[in-house]
Amino acid sequence: MCDQTFLAATFGPCDSCGKASPLMNIYVKNEPINYCSFCVEMMACQGLQSGETLTSLKKESENLKKKLEEERGKLTDVELHQVAEKVEAVAALSIKTRRVLKGHGNKVLCVDWCKDKRRVVSSSQDGKIIVWDAFTLNKEHGVTLPCTWVMACAYAPSGCAVACGGLDNKCSVVPLSLDRNENLAAKKKSVAMHTNYVSGCTFTSSDMQLLTSSGDGTCALWDVESGQLLQSFHGHTADVLSLDLAPSETGNTFVSGGCDMKANVWDMRSGQNIQSFDSHVSDINCVKYYPSGDAFASASDDATCRFYDLRADREVAVYQKDSIVFGASSVDFSLSGRLLFAGYNDYTINVWDVLKGNRISILFGHENRVSRVRVSPDGTALCSASWDNTLRIWA
Amino acid sequence: MTIRNALRDHGQRYRPRMSCLRKVEKVLLEMQDPNTGVKSQPQRLVITTIPHAITGEDIVAWLADRFQIEAQEAKNFGSVLVALGYIYPLQDHKRLVIKADASLYPIYLAKRNIRKKGILELHEQEQYNRLHKWMNHKWDFIVMQAKEQYRAAKERKKPDRVVFDCQERAYWVVHRPPVRKHTHTLDLHSFNKALYKCKPFTIYHGRKHYFLPVRCVTDSELFSCRLVKYCATYSGHDPFLSKCLPSNPWLTDDTTYWSLNMPNVEIPSKMRVERWTFSFKELLSDPRGRDDFRLFLKKEFSGENLAFWEGCEDLKWGTAATMKEKAEQIYKTFLARGAPRWINIDGKTMEITVKGLKHPHRYVLDAAQTHIYMLMKKDSYGRYLKSPVFKDTMKKATNPEEHKFNDSQLEQNARNRRPSLSPIVIRQQEQEQRAKMAANAPVDITQVMSKLSKQSKEVPPRPPNK
Repeated sequence: MCDQTFLAATFGPCDSCGKASPLMNIYVKNEPINYCSFCVEMMACQGLQSGETLTSLKKESENLKKKLEEERGKLTDVELHQVAEKVEAVAALSIKTRRVLKGHGNKVLCVDWCKDKRRVVSSSQDGKIIVWDAFTLNKEHGVTLPCTWVMACAYAPSGCAVACGGLDNKCSVVPLSLDRNENLAAKKKSVAMHTNYVSGCTFTSSDMQLLTSSGDGTCALWDVESGQLLQSFHGHTADVLSLDLAPSETGNTFVSGGCDMKANVWDMRSGQNIQSFDSHVSDINCVKYYPSGDAFASASDDATCRFYDLRADREVAVYQKDSIVFGASSVDFSLSGRLLFAGYNDYTINVWDVLKGNRISILFGHENRVSRVRVSPDGTALCSASWDNTLRIWA
Repeated sequence: MTIRNALRDHGQRYRPRMSCLRKVEKVLLEMQDPNTGVKSQPQRLVITTIPHAITGEDIVAWLADRFQIEAQEAKNFGSVLVALGYIYPLQDHKRLVIKADASLYPIYLAKRNIRKKGILELHEQEQYNRLHKWMNHKWDFIVMQAKEQYRAAKERKKPDRVVFDCQERAYWVVHRPPVRKHTHTLDLHSFNKALYKCKPFTIYHGRKHYFLPVRCVTDSELFSCRLVKYCATYSGHDPFLSKCLPSNPWLTDDTTYWSLNMPNVEIPSKMRVERWTFSFKELLSDPRGRDDFRLFLKKEFSGENLAFWEGCEDLKWGTAATMKEKAEQIYKTFLARGAPRWINIDGKTMEITVKGLKHPHRYVLDAAQTHIYMLMKKDSYGRYLKSPVFKDTMKKATNPEEHKFNDSQLEQNARNRRPSLSPIVIRQQEQEQRAKMAANAPVDITQVMSKLSKQSKEVPPRPPNK
């Protein structure tokens, strides 16, 4: 585990409210204090103290940012593509559409694979969720939700339930059943309650917990059974558009990206924002961890995808091209992490070489913007969802 | 409910996602440059001459040259420009717009009706009829407006009129596409031959430059080496980079690859066993690998470490309701003095854990779990890889031959696609199996005694003998 980020979270009574809970270690005027996440939030909402003005606080934050950049710059100076020069180039890929899943009546907004490597769940603007066996093109389950724009959907690790959320400000879990005549929508259970739309959701390692991101600027961890809020994550100053769980076994961190152009890494136990990256110049539409868990990529409306190293705490690569002017809506890595698939609003999917930084190929086929790309759990195929009402499987 | 953040930047209202359009406008400005832009010429259309028309072919060629990209990509880029309305076609309009609330659209339709003397396209006709019904009260006004516009247009010069007409049609096409699946498709066949014109507009000056210089930001050499090493290690296992053995199911419609790699298959494949050697995390995350490791630990009489780790995972990710009991159970089984499966952790960790257990929460066993994980990783994992259990598994591992299907076989495979067992069924089977195993498991006498004592309190009074 020493090759993964590991944080020692402290537990115990909070310095201000006295309740025993996971603590955030923060520094106020260079003094370390241990507050629980609720008290930190309360502190952040306090008004200006005596001797502080808005300008002085702003100046202080600018100074701290500059210091941070200096510290980052002190790290050794070898660029990624220099080291990657010795690596041989990726051979020409012949990726083609192998399946086209037709059946949605409106834009497909989200897709997720099942752990069995062949089933997918997709959600669309018309309020429908369809579970497909992508291999045979069978539609196995269909759920109609009362709200339109179901922007997030996720398959449970066991394969026996799906989670979905969108403009209804909720994220619900629907248990799947083999009985075809059963109305699955009746068994739907509302788990997450936000104050604005739900933009992304994912299960943790089990069916019992759900992590959601929302347009109200927060992410939250919920207990599925009881609907209880286990932890909330505050720090974004605008809508959070995407999140991804770290693939490590300790599985304690996740990254989120939002309209405030920042990508934040969070500790799930304490609710603390561990790291923040803000080199994008426009909304971040999607974030995805590198398979090893110590780096992640982000896709943004500024038509670039960027690659960040968590341990070096900086951006290490930018994937962009003059001819790509439309925003990237989604990214995913191939199994080895060598390829980065990015879906764009100009209806294409670009395949980037993560190490060398060049574009390997483009995948044409969709007739409207690509909203989500996801690589299958065993890396054999790529599924893309698009506003042209279809999903495509590429291999 | 989540706490509202006091500072919120309503990005969508104050800063719409228009940065891509600014870039597009920049490109279009370049295209209109008389010296370096796309070649334009006056084009004859029926009997009129349209100035500054450009052909689709020229657009594609210019884009390909400007950005050094392939023709197909240039075509795609060009078609998106048309879809956004920056370039509009002079012939061959395929779509029309539908706007039901304002009267601009009905005026436009009425005008066209007058000009074409009652011959409108089918969907236009439908819309015209619908709007006529809905806006009957304003219809006189609409028809009057249409007549006025038509009369005014007649007084313009013919080329201007045609251009204006095309602009208007394109405007409605973009702003009110018809109710159809593909709203922004472009007939790529006719794209090259069709004639286009660029919409004149002004670009903002002094705007932030959005094209960032391509710079790979400096990073630690250690990170780059790690990354390169990771990619190199896994590239043989990446189906996009190297061949799947026996074959990628999506390519050949043959699911052997998946059946050979089922989670609980008896004999794993060589590639799968190789992955277990990459890291401890890989070994534990593969159920078959974990089983193998468990077998090894059983032989070494240190199986309680893995069992404890699994118990902690169950606690962390489990449902909140049963959390307290689970924590207690784990403590009794693994940590308490004289516990049946006592694990060996250092004094400090034990102290922290016991203290935390006074107010159990889901992360209370984190410190102990980490300690045990590191122990297994540094000690047991290394020995496992050298053990006869692993060597045996490695020897027995299958190495399937690559499939070589000819075309007719591939077609047959495609016809024979079969559905697989639903995960729901698989879970039911697992639950049944677990119940069976629990029924046959060695009985823990303390549990039986406590259960009996509980039962005796609940047993109803015996019915009288008949």
